[in-house]
Amino acid sequence: MTRYLIFSILLSCTITSNAQKYMTRNGYIGFYSHTPLEDIKADNNQVAAALDLATNEIVFQVNIRSFHFERSLMEEHFNENYMESEKFPKATFKGKVTDPVKIDPTKKGSIDVTVSGDMTIKDVTKPVTAKGTMEITDDGITASSKFNITPEDYNITIPGVVREKIAKSFEVTVSIKFTTQLKNSK
Amino acid sequence: MKNLFAAVILASLGLSAAAQDDLLNILKEDEKQETNYTTATFKSTRIMNGHSIERMPGGQLDFRISHRFGRLNSGAYEFFGLDQSNIHFSLEYGFNKWFMAGIGRGSYEKTFDAFGKFSILRQSTGAVSMPVSVSAVTSVALKTVKFPDPSRTNYFSSRLSYTAQILVGRKFSQAISFQLTPSYVHRNLVATALDPNDIYSLGAGGRIKLTKRISFNGEYYYMINPKSDFSQKIYDPLALGFDIETGGHVFQLIFTNSLGMIEKAFIGETTGSWRKGDVHFGFNISRVFTVKKNIPDNRNQ
Repeated sequence: MTRYLIFSILLSCTITSNAQKYMTRNGYIGFYSHTPLEDIKADNNQVAAALDLATNEIVFQVNIRSFHFERSLMEEHFNENYMESEKFPKATFKGKVTDPVKIDPTKKGSIDVTVSGDMTIKDVTKPVTAKGTMEITDDGITASSKFNITPEDYNITIPGVVREKIAKSFEVTVSIKFTTQLKNSK
Repeated sequence: MKNLFAAVILASLGLSAAAQDDLLNILKEDEKQETNYTTATFKSTRIMNGHSIERMPGGQLDFRISHRFGRLNSGAYEFFGLDQSNIHFSLEYGFNKWFMAGIGRGSYEKTFDAFGKFSILRQSTGAVSMPVSVSAVTSVALKTVKFPDPSRTNYFSSRLSYTAQILVGRKFSQAISFQLTPSYVHRNLVATALDPNDIYSLGAGGRIKLTKRISFNGEYYYMINPKSDFSQKIYDPLALGFDIETGGHVFQLIFTNSLGMIEKAFIGETTGSWRKGDVHFGFNISRVFTVKKNIPDNRNQ
């Protein structure tokens, strides 16, 4: 019994340790909307993200104002009319790598992953599952994925006048390079 | 012993449940505070007749067409002023993040005009906190209408007038913005020796957003020079109206007692009185074109 006890204490220690935590503040998230009338594209290179390989947890925190558009008027409308970024400055994602169950950071190469979790945009939280890859190299782990989101799901209303110019579903591209490995703080 | 074991298991479960929040907290921990610049204090570079603190962003070209019709009180024969129309159109370009310039032509006194607008301060919160936005506008107008008395010696410089304005604006909330505009207008030639060459005025303007895309705007310029100094009966310009934004266009519907659409014309040359019903209906249409696209900073794809 004592052995089990020691084992479980050890187990709980690994959960709380920082040894396998990675983070970055320069991740990339972009989105793209295509309609015959207009293409809309925005890039954000200041995404904060953290990954814990001990628990498979992955989180993103996205500053809405850091999305940049080719047309500054679009950027203004994005912040003012659609995202209301003054009121909702951040979007977050809290999730888990569900497949594979265990990622070995010492094994270099690219692996297919499935991530699911909760995305919160404009205070509306929806479950999201996306497939992607994780590429493990000497200088870090790059997590990439492409998935679609529907603005209407997150309380983003698009008025009739511009309905034809904005796609029903946006393609979201994620490319996060985790370079900073957090030191064990215990 | 069994209880202790269960307790440890429970504790470790609790820890793992909190771990996601821990991860988010790590991100929040040493987050560096950014400066959030206030955007869209006004929907357009004009509040109504006069300039707002807004500037065309770099690489954007604004094509503006403005109309002021005749006076509403001119009656049904003149179709309440709609039979007469004054037009002003301009091309205005944002050169960078602090300077824009524009050229225009108005049918009122056949006037060409040019202006430059400089952003001096930008309202912001966060790392840098600034309560107001400040811009400066300077403009020149060239009146090309024939001189009333061709027999006297007329100089080219007599056709020119100049304006200088400091614009101090604040977006109080998503819905409410307000601006004060001390202005100076210099006219090289005036109608009589009595009329002042220099006109000092204080403008005040604001907007209240009614919906995300429609706002109610008002703008008033108080002339500091006594009205008795003018040979003509002059009034302070007051304009009320709406901004309606649809994608790349901003429509401004205006009711105003002035006919002119540039500073030199509506400050000091407004002869209409709201009380008598000398009100002109009009509109400004702004269409923005992207000439040079923003190059997003170090795109990594």
